[in-house]
Amino acid sequence: MPDQTIFRHRTIALGDAPVGYRGLIVALDMNGASDAGLPGSELERRLIELGFVEGAQVELLHQGLFGGDPIAVRVAASTIALRRREAKAVLVSVGEGVP
Amino acid sequence: MNGSVDLAPPPGAPGPLSSQSARVVALVGNPNCGKTALFNALTGSRQKVANYPGVTVEKKTGQLTTPGGRAIRIVDLPGTYSLRARSPDEEITRDVVLGRLSGDVTPDLIVCVADASNLRLALRLVLELKRVGRPVLLSLNMMDIARKRGIDIDVEKLSAALGLPVVSSVAVRRGGTEGLLAELDRVLSREMAHQPSDWHAPDARELRGTQREADRLLQLVLRNEGRLDPGTAKADAILLHPVAGIVILLAILFVMFQAVFAWARPLMDLISDGFTWFGALVGSAPLPEVLRSFLKDGVIAGVGSVIVFLPQIIILFFFILLLEDLGYMARAAFLMDKIMGGAGLHGRAFIPLLSSFACAIPGIMATRVIDDRRDRLTTILVAPLMTCSARIPVYTLIISAFIPDREVWGFVGLQGLVMFGLYACGIVGALTVSFVVKRLFWRTTAGEPFMLELPDYKIPQAKSLALGIWARALAFLKRAGTTILSMMILIWVLASFPTPPEGATEPAIDYSFAATIGHAIEPVTKPLGFNWQINVALIPGMAAREVAVGALGTIYAIDGGEEAAEKIGQVLTGQWSLATALALLAWYIFAPQCASTLAVIRRETGGWKWMAVTFFYMLALAYAAALLVYQVATALGAG
Repeated sequence: MPDQTIFRHRTIALGDAPVGYRGLIVALDMNGASDAGLPGSELERRLIELGFVEGAQVELLHQGLFGGDPIAVRVAASTIALRRREAKAVLVSVGEGVP
Repeated sequence: MNGSVDLAPPPGAPGPLSSQSARVVALVGNPNCGKTALFNALTGSRQKVANYPGVTVEKKTGQLTTPGGRAIRIVDLPGTYSLRARSPDEEITRDVVLGRLSGDVTPDLIVCVADASNLRLALRLVLELKRVGRPVLLSLNMMDIARKRGIDIDVEKLSAALGLPVVSSVAVRRGGTEGLLAELDRVLSREMAHQPSDWHAPDARELRGTQREADRLLQLVLRNEGRLDPGTAKADAILLHPVAGIVILLAILFVMFQAVFAWARPLMDLISDGFTWFGALVGSAPLPEVLRSFLKDGVIAGVGSVIVFLPQIIILFFFILLLEDLGYMARAAFLMDKIMGGAGLHGRAFIPLLSSFACAIPGIMATRVIDDRRDRLTTILVAPLMTCSARIPVYTLIISAFIPDREVWGFVGLQGLVMFGLYACGIVGALTVSFVVKRLFWRTTAGEPFMLELPDYKIPQAKSLALGIWARALAFLKRAGTTILSMMILIWVLASFPTPPEGATEPAIDYSFAATIGHAIEPVTKPLGFNWQINVALIPGMAAREVAVGALGTIYAIDGGEEAAEKIGQVLTGQWSLATALALLAWYIFAPQCASTLAVIRRETGGWKWMAVTFFYMLALAYAAALLVYQVATALGAG
């Protein structure tokens, strides 16, 4: 488990987070995922449909063997698998009230 | 073949409910919400599986009679997160819900099925469905699991807040659908006015707004959020572990593979023997020679050569459906995504390709788990390159005849090594082709993103499993009964006519169209080292690869067919050079020598185009490989 204090109040991309990271979604920014497999507007809609909405709690649960990719993320009450490339569009922060 | 398959025509059941009077109820829900289990619980064996016209999306409908005596036709729609369709399956869901599909599926009522333990995404879908203007009923499924986890939902408050009837259900328990059935009776007895639809494909802002609204509702009605499923968390700690997870996956695959090969063998032998016996029976019947041959060598041998794969298909789908119902399939895709992605394939392509080692037919049928059309097409294109079990008799025959049985490096058998090399060539070939297709055909490097929900693990239901296998087996037999059989008959005609003249001394096939073709293409196959006898054997070998072994026996006039494989081997050693034998092996790695596979590709892709693409690219690869092998081997002195 990485030292989480370094992430406190810092906004990072979910695609760059380590396993064990917990935080809140602060924004979806399609510029962060410029090499994703979809145009930004479509990627954003798919992320929202899977529950990645501002304010939702996320936790990075697992990652793959090669290059830590893909990742499994707990979003509110569901677990979503996605690649780090696309997860870069999700900006997260360890805000107040996150244990 | 868009007709419907009756899963179980109920014998002596009260007359079929006429579709005019039956109300249509469509089941809509997120993937993994237990919708299919609910469908099975409601309709039992009174289901039909067919295709929607023009597409390969499965159309599942079933009949039921409510306690109030109301006839209902239930349509089980493909799972989706939104009506904003992104795949052919989701387009069907959208079109049915919006009433755009004419015919018998325009719903009078939409039942939105939600996993009670995972309501958040489902509520957004409900809010979207409300805009369609048709009556909507929300069924909170898997209530038992939710309660066990301490989740407490205020159903009445939810119903009031949504302005919709809400019921809870437990699809997998007897009596678990009583509440839903009673509500169906109540809702359908009312006069149901359809509002005009004000649905349109939402943009990101609207989706976000709807999700916020859903989150607000959720806070309102959840008296207790409960805890996460502890079992799933514990299992995933091991099953999704970067190293242990892959080891376990490989172990599962090993068992599956063993089962498909070993467990199916006795049954396959039984079916094969049965057809041989039946063929012999017909062969000795007092019938005109042509009719006898048509029945024995065309119809019975043709049907038999297809049905013999049924045990493998049943066992394979048993495992696939079991892993799917357990919730493991999404995890397998997660574990394999990076490896498959390197070759331009989707993580979900893994199971279909693996299945293709047994037989490309179930493998191609299993590509239905891939949502994206391009990813699915790529997988279908390369699946026949995986070394299927029908290649084994051919490989075994040639290897045992031409490759010396000795050891290399002190411990590895040379024959086994060659066999391994043939498998490896198939795999490398498939990965290379998919890589090229992805880069050249689709002109994309990024590809469809890998995004899917990892559902909580669940205990599979035997009934659901049995119904699923039954539907797959029937779909396969139906295909076998039409397209494949007609190809078999064509091949029989080629190999049987014209009949030999009076007093002919050579085997009958030498006078047939097949022989004419074999001679005619000799100049083309000469650079590969193939003589006309091989060319002739390749034609009946189109029916199924292993038939070529028996055909070689016929051409070289050896009695006993496949049983005489050893004798054939001895004859071949005298007739062919090593270079020819190696070239034939190379040919068999790539050649599209299977009419059944081509027919299934046509079915699954919905047209001739991709079947033709597969046939010609494989033919080109086979020719190039055999040419290379023969020329190199000859240059090295093996000619």
